Amino acid sequence: MTTLRAIDYAVMLLYFGFVLGIGAMLRRYVHTSEDFFLSGRSIPAWVTGLAFISANLGAQEVIGMGASGAKYGIATSHFYWIGAIPAMVFVGLFMMPFYYGSRARSVPEYLKLRFDEKTRGLNAISFAIMTVFSSGISLYAMGKLLNLLLGWSFDLSILVAAGIVLAYIFLGGLTSAIYNEVLQFFLIVFGFAPLVFLGLRDIGGWAGLADRLAGVATANGYAAGAYTRSWTFMGSASANPVGVEWFGLVMGLGFVLSFGYWCTDFLVVQRAMAANSMTAARRTPLIAAVPKMLFPFLVIVPGMLALVVTSTSTVRSTREPVAASVTSAPTPEAPDAGPGLVPPKRDARTGEPLRDARGRVVLDYDLATPMMLVHFFPAGLLGLGLTALLASFMSGMAGNVTAFNTVWTYDLYQSYVRPAAPDAHYLAMGRFATVFGVAISVAAAYVAASFNNIMDFLQLVFAFVNAPLFATFALGMFWKRATGHGAFTGLLAGTLAAAIHHGLSLPAGAAVGVKGGYFGIVTIYPSELAQTFWTAIVAWLTCFGVTIVMSLATRPRPPDELRGLVYGLTAKPIDDVTRWYERPATLALVVLAGAVVLNVIFF
Amino acid sequence: MGLDLRIPVGTLFAVIGVLLAAYGGATLGKPGTAPTGVPINLVWGLVLLAFGTAMLALARRARRAARGNSKPDAEHGPRVT
Repeated sequence: MTTLRAIDYAVMLLYFGFVLGIGAMLRRYVHTSEDFFLSGRSIPAWVTGLAFISANLGAQEVIGMGASGAKYGIATSHFYWIGAIPAMVFVGLFMMPFYYGSRARSVPEYLKLRFDEKTRGLNAISFAIMTVFSSGISLYAMGKLLNLLLGWSFDLSILVAAGIVLAYIFLGGLTSAIYNEVLQFFLIVFGFAPLVFLGLRDIGGWAGLADRLAGVATANGYAAGAYTRSWTFMGSASANPVGVEWFGLVMGLGFVLSFGYWCTDFLVVQRAMAANSMTAARRTPLIAAVPKMLFPFLVIVPGMLALVVTSTSTVRSTREPVAASVTSAPTPEAPDAGPGLVPPKRDARTGEPLRDARGRVVLDYDLATPMMLVHFFPAGLLGLGLTALLASFMSGMAGNVTAFNTVWTYDLYQSYVRPAAPDAHYLAMGRFATVFGVAISVAAAYVAASFNNIMDFLQLVFAFVNAPLFATFALGMFWKRATGHGAFTGLLAGTLAAAIHHGLSLPAGAAVGVKGGYFGIVTIYPSELAQTFWTAIVAWLTCFGVTIVMSLATRPRPPDELRGLVYGLTAKPIDDVTRWYERPATLALVVLAGAVVLNVIFF
Repeated sequence: MGLDLRIPVGTLFAVIGVLLAAYGGATLGKPGTAPTGVPINLVWGLVLLAFGTAMLALARRARRAARGNSKPDAEHGPRVT
């Protein structure tokens, strides 16, 4: 167990102080519900852009992408260069004019304006449930990690983190969340950059890393470059550690899942809606795409390094090595430790390392990045690194909480419970929703701690609900003939199709149950990711087809009602910036070119 | 009137930078403070200090420009009105 010094705590407390201070200072600017939920649409593009990316830079990103880096190598970058950038460019250039221009206050509200009440209701309810549970799941992950790494109390870690997030959102609303997300963005960048620097230095740069990963690749039965080349081995699913072939990757991840998330998830879109002009709103995801494109070096590389850095390398540690204690975490020197710094997963009862069907030790990849932090960082910098980790948990949670309180207040409470109340009432409800949103998150964290399977199951259901969403939005925005009945049945059919496809397939080596196969096994996929991607493709196609057929069978709305909501019935947005390089289209080209170059470099 | 976000960001990083650099300076040469041979607390503390100072300088410049113009310019800083 790592013990912290006074200097580490000082950095952490400073951060907490600033976060709360920002909330307190912003309090006096919140007068109306629009101020609280939409920042009064007054934030400049660079701030909303960084907040856009920071709300997404939650724990799942920092810990999860580090874990994937250790598991799959640089191919994890597909989640960025294929699985994010094109969708971010698309939402900025083509979809933001409708979101921002329609003056909708949330994504479900756009669905109400474009389609009808039932489509909005379906989206609002599933989204509201999803956000509180996601933030609960990430709280649970944080509590567990801090307990394992530092021996902190699970309860106390959760309550303090949730309390701080609650306090600053309660005070300053969305503006406070956005300002703090920008602060968190810089913390995460400056907290993790030295990790990559020290790690690469230790191992002899990229060449040294590639060299050692070649050994890991051949030991696992892949070609030498399988961990350091992102496309070369995508021809067949068995040739790369991801277990996916290029078509499933591009269509499933690059198209369906990525566009479904970046273009329709209110958690990120809300940041752009807070921008101070249409051009600023359109530039928000484009500005966000620049750091997003570079994040693989910040979050994936530490995971890759963790696989090959050895605990006996030139690095020393004044601290006690991460030792077996209450949590029975392994010492890096333990004979049964995994390769590099990644410890094995252990049986909760016996403490013995878990083994897979072939008798190989199963690694706990989620600890890859945290182990790197405690391995390389001396007291002082360790405080900064852990603060960055905390910041990522908090920014992800704040994103969920602000999206939840808005959807709850505008789309559920104002629509179904109490319409036509004075604005002050909704402002008060927003603050109240922040409190119970955080309370449900904390409760969800405890549910996750006691019944892990329930959370797996919930996440599965969310995946089914989310997969078809982009088909609904794409048809809604670009086909004026799409109708409310079409959208609603399409969404239901897509969700159902996802569940059926998942129930009829199974990833290789998995047991029937939450991993699939519950309706009988028709297909076996080489990996869980391949199954996920194909489930998304099936859901999307079903939603797309059913929406079109049902729309043609039902009466369309007159074009006059759709002005500002559908392409072709909406005036083209005019850029209100004077300098050519500030134009959304220019930015989009730069971002896309950058993504292509990165793909080519690591091909 | 509004809160320029660069002020709290700049201040936080400048303070953490000074703290880390001072701690790094005080522990210079002690075992276990220089992984891979780099006195990282000192070096990174100075990097953070430079970043924080740059943010504060930008905020200050924007404030001067705004005062000169008397008209706040959205490009020069986040303002909440």
